[in-house]
Amino acid sequence: MNLLLPGMYVAAASPLHRLDPRIKMGAALGLMVLPFAVHTLLGSVLLVALVTAAALLARAPMLALLRTVLSVFWLALLMFFFYFFTTPGQPLITWGGISITAEGLAAGATQVYRICLLVIVASLLTYTTSPTQLAHGLEALFGPLERVRFPVREIALVLTIALRFVPTFFAEIEIISKAQQARGADFYSGGPLRRLRNLVPIFVPIFVSALRRAEELATAMDARGFRSAPHRTRLYRLSMGWNDLVACAAILAAGLLILGLERWR
Amino acid sequence: MLIQIENLHYIYAPRTPLARTALDGASLELRPGERVGIVGQTGSGKSTLAQQIAGLLAPTTGRVLLDGTVAHKRTPAARAQRRRIGLAFQHPEQQIFEQTVFKEVAFGPRNLGLAESEVAERVRWALEMVGLDQAVLIERVPFALSGGEMRRVALAGILAMRPDVLILDEPTAGLDPRGRRDLLARVGSWQAETGMTLILISHHLDEVARLAERVILLAHGQVAADGPTRLVLGDSQLLRSAGLSAPQSVALLEALRTAGWQVRTDRLLPEQVVAEISQAWRRRSGS
Repeated sequence: MNLLLPGMYVAAASPLHRLDPRIKMGAALGLMVLPFAVHTLLGSVLLVALVTAAALLARAPMLALLRTVLSVFWLALLMFFFYFFTTPGQPLITWGGISITAEGLAAGATQVYRICLLVIVASLLTYTTSPTQLAHGLEALFGPLERVRFPVREIALVLTIALRFVPTFFAEIEIISKAQQARGADFYSGGPLRRLRNLVPIFVPIFVSALRRAEELATAMDARGFRSAPHRTRLYRLSMGWNDLVACAAILAAGLLILGLERWR
Repeated sequence: MLIQIENLHYIYAPRTPLARTALDGASLELRPGERVGIVGQTGSGKSTLAQQIAGLLAPTTGRVLLDGTVAHKRTPAARAQRRRIGLAFQHPEQQIFEQTVFKEVAFGPRNLGLAESEVAERVRWALEMVGLDQAVLIERVPFALSGGEMRRVALAGILAMRPDVLILDEPTAGLDPRGRRDLLARVGSWQAETGMTLILISHHLDEVARLAERVILLAHGQVAADGPTRLVLGDSQLLRSAGLSAPQSVALLEALRTAGWQVRTDRLLPEQVVAEISQAWRRRSGS
């Protein structure tokens, strides 16, 4: 785990960190959808500029942020070749029955660009928003569903707890796999079935520990009087400040501008 | 096995906002059959050093040589050397996964590719070494055992590989005082019986004083001191500068000295402290 993983939160005091999670999630959703609505070069450049501005505001380490794209390297490669070979157009070079078309190159590159932007925006959201805030934001955004008896609060709680334990389990998997390697376990050779079986010495201890943690957490929550009551209050309430309103206005304006340029080209 | 550690640096999560230097230029040499204690504050790099010696982490810079072979390489030669090292992590009982005690202890020996009869022989030997009654336990489910028994099963699983070097990372953490004493006495006898190199990582200085003949003090990822146990653990100023407090015996003798007694303060074991105090007492009543 020697890089900034997509989904890793780093506490800091940047303007983007301080923003209300509801705004950030809405904006992130917008920035993830927009690349699929933009088809001009100008629009794409403006979108990249917008995301770069957000990354600068978050004071995110640019290189580490770019490297999160590597996590979808194979998917991006697949998408590129898929579009590259299936887009009809004028062949530039033909060689042994395979022809390279300008349209294919452009379509493939567009897909890669969209996937990369998607990953970077998602990384930027999780980089600046703690898992708890994300869950609170989700709860607030899906709040209206409570009316139709959808258990939004409970699901948000389950999500919060699950997110909280992700790094814990990553750390545990690392330690256990090292401990088993020290006992001569080999996770890197053999066929797929054999490799799967070789993982048993890791997964059994992790499950045992997960069950133990679940039980301890349940007891701890019970001891603190936790009930899944309908009207729970909370210590930190989400509230919009002027900075949130400005951010909301700015992102809306930028989005509309980019969409407008698409129409008027 | 000769272990040479040369100018070892290790950084966790390099080039990210979470980068943290764990080892910052550590150099030392461990000779075959030595009993070495590694002490230091939390975060001083003890556990990282242990994993480096076992070849589980690749150094950022510098190197670890096991009988002349670079430890972490993925070559058959390096793997063969790594198999001679047994490493027990903190709370080793958390690595238990098999359905019976026998299978759990046999996991390591089987990975060594030994014949089944040899495996069974080693399992019996290892369970005896950790003081578990195999007639009762060998077919039991390890998860149904007590915490202390599970720890011993886990340690047996490592001992059964008959390592030339045994690294124990906080082996007594979470045990009751009696369990601690019992385990430490056993660790000493394993070393005496097999002649292996013993590396004990602990921040219980009293435990290290009992077992180690040489102590390496780590501070901020560097070797702050390396020498005979009495010289390192008897030097309360040195320990304090590395963020540790002196062993209880040294603290007691220092208090006596402040109160005007003529005692040496570098006595580590309870029996040595008693001898020192009774000598001083005799000198006092004699004059």
